[in-house]
Amino acid sequence: MKHSEPGGSTNAIEVEDLRKTYRGGVEALRGLSFEVRSGEIFALLGPNGAGKSTTVRILTTLASATGGSARVAGLDVASDAREVRRRIGYIAQGSGGDPLITGRENLQLQGQIFRLPPKRLRQRIDELLALFQLEDAAARMVETYSGGMRRRLDVAMGLIHQPEVLFLDEPTTGLDPKSRSVMWKEVERLAREGLTILLTTHYLEEADHLAQRLAIIDHGSVVVAGSPDELKGGLRGDLVSIELRDRDRTDEARATIEAVDGVSRVLRTGVELYAQVDQGTSAVPAVVGALEKAGLEVAQISLSRPSLDDVYLTATGQVFQQGGASASSDDL
Amino acid sequence: MDFFKDTWYLYIRLVRLTRRMPVFLLLSIMQPVLWMLLFGQLFAAVITIPGFEADSYIQFIAPGIAIMTALFSAAYSGMGLLRDIEGGVLDRLLATPVSRGAIVASRVLLASSQVVLQAGVILVMAFFLGARPHGGVLGLLLLLLAAALLAAAFASTSCGLALLTRRQELVIAAMNFMVLPMTFLSSMIMSQNLMPAWIRTMARVNPVNWAVIAARQGFEGQNLTELATSLALLSGFTLVCAIFAVQAFHRYQRAM
Repeated sequence: MKHSEPGGSTNAIEVEDLRKTYRGGVEALRGLSFEVRSGEIFALLGPNGAGKSTTVRILTTLASATGGSARVAGLDVASDAREVRRRIGYIAQGSGGDPLITGRENLQLQGQIFRLPPKRLRQRIDELLALFQLEDAAARMVETYSGGMRRRLDVAMGLIHQPEVLFLDEPTTGLDPKSRSVMWKEVERLAREGLTILLTTHYLEEADHLAQRLAIIDHGSVVVAGSPDELKGGLRGDLVSIELRDRDRTDEARATIEAVDGVSRVLRTGVELYAQVDQGTSAVPAVVGALEKAGLEVAQISLSRPSLDDVYLTATGQVFQQGGASASSDDL
Repeated sequence: MDFFKDTWYLYIRLVRLTRRMPVFLLLSIMQPVLWMLLFGQLFAAVITIPGFEADSYIQFIAPGIAIMTALFSAAYSGMGLLRDIEGGVLDRLLATPVSRGAIVASRVLLASSQVVLQAGVILVMAFFLGARPHGGVLGLLLLLLAAALLAAAFASTSCGLALLTRRQELVIAAMNFMVLPMTFLSSMIMSQNLMPAWIRTMARVNPVNWAVIAARQGFEGQNLTELATSLALLSGFTLVCAIFAVQAFHRYQRAM
């Protein structure tokens, strides 16, 4: 694993071979490794149950790892937990604000815990309330807030002590599109101010839009990591998606397509087949021809440049094959 | 130092959210008042049984009801903690450097202060019903201390159970299972002289009875040795409960 860059830029988070086995034997993390550079937005992308939240819980000292090591802001999360907690902001998946007190009171308590001096705390609260457009709601019980307002308060609470590293666990899950774009703008602005942000998401679009780098994780380990462009570039050529009229023969078609010249790989999700090809324009007629020759009628065929969706698809598809599970498994 | 500061900050939060539930406040004040009236009327005749040895039943029962309040109010302290767990408030706090002990201590402090308030209401009412505190101001303060200690013990137990089980139903069932038997195995509403021998024996090792004896001796100001012994035993019990709560907290964190 690569630690700091030769140029001297440091890593805000370093995770090495992290393992977590819950009592009862469930392996949530199976040797997870990645690093987050100072000042970047890094996304952990993966399906539900992939191990994203477990990773964040270990990095924020809420859970302990069963193996491996993790450092946040240069400090070991296990042996230096108390100091780590001083330097991080954590915004959990659910709201962590107390619904039965006001927004301002929530911020006040959070600031008191971090021992902000009273005068400084008052300024900071006003600053954050203005920043997150919560001034009018400050004196109202959080119970009465909308989902988007609650989320903004959560982020404000996580920022009260000006942390070095911010953890955002599924920041936009359950938000309407408008609140989501507001949240994205906030996250981008925070990153411009030099804050390191680790966010988890199961929205590809979110990772693509926000993250400078990301890691796709599945079944508790990193499948692939890099910048969105690097990852897309890593997929050679184009992607052809095919749907058959006779869906029962999809597996048969898969074998047929795999034999076509210029096709490097074929994956199946449900009734669709995805062929990774060197040259889209020449591959499409070749694929259609081969299928017709085998007596398989094509219902739909399309050609696309690789998107992050495709990275995700090929990345997690690979895992299924390596894990020995059927490659034509539907549960992608 | 951090522990005390954090306990105070978290306590203020709990006081704030309690204050925002005026119906809850009203009910928790009305409840002991109702008990005083009901028990005072229902059992008024027991005083005529030979061997009961009290001037009036109100005089006898006032300190007992104060302790009963402590029991019933504090037993469900863990419910609030469960709400914090479910709402993500506890996780949010645990990701900060807040003193871990302060999280439970603030709830115990809330239960104790609520009980002191309720016991105060009971004592004022008892005075108007004719009861007289022969133990003076110091005696009354010791009565309130006994109520606060018992409340702290039960709040700790309740929070500990909440952390261990993380199920409302289990906490309620477990606390209900303890509260009534411990009430009736004490001299809270019935004179020790009139108890069957086996209950008298059980009462001797019942922390609720220690609290009742301490409260009653404080109110009557008669037997100071008994007062001191009961308070000492009660303090020990409260300490054990607090240790249980702290252990439960560590276990909760390890399970994560």
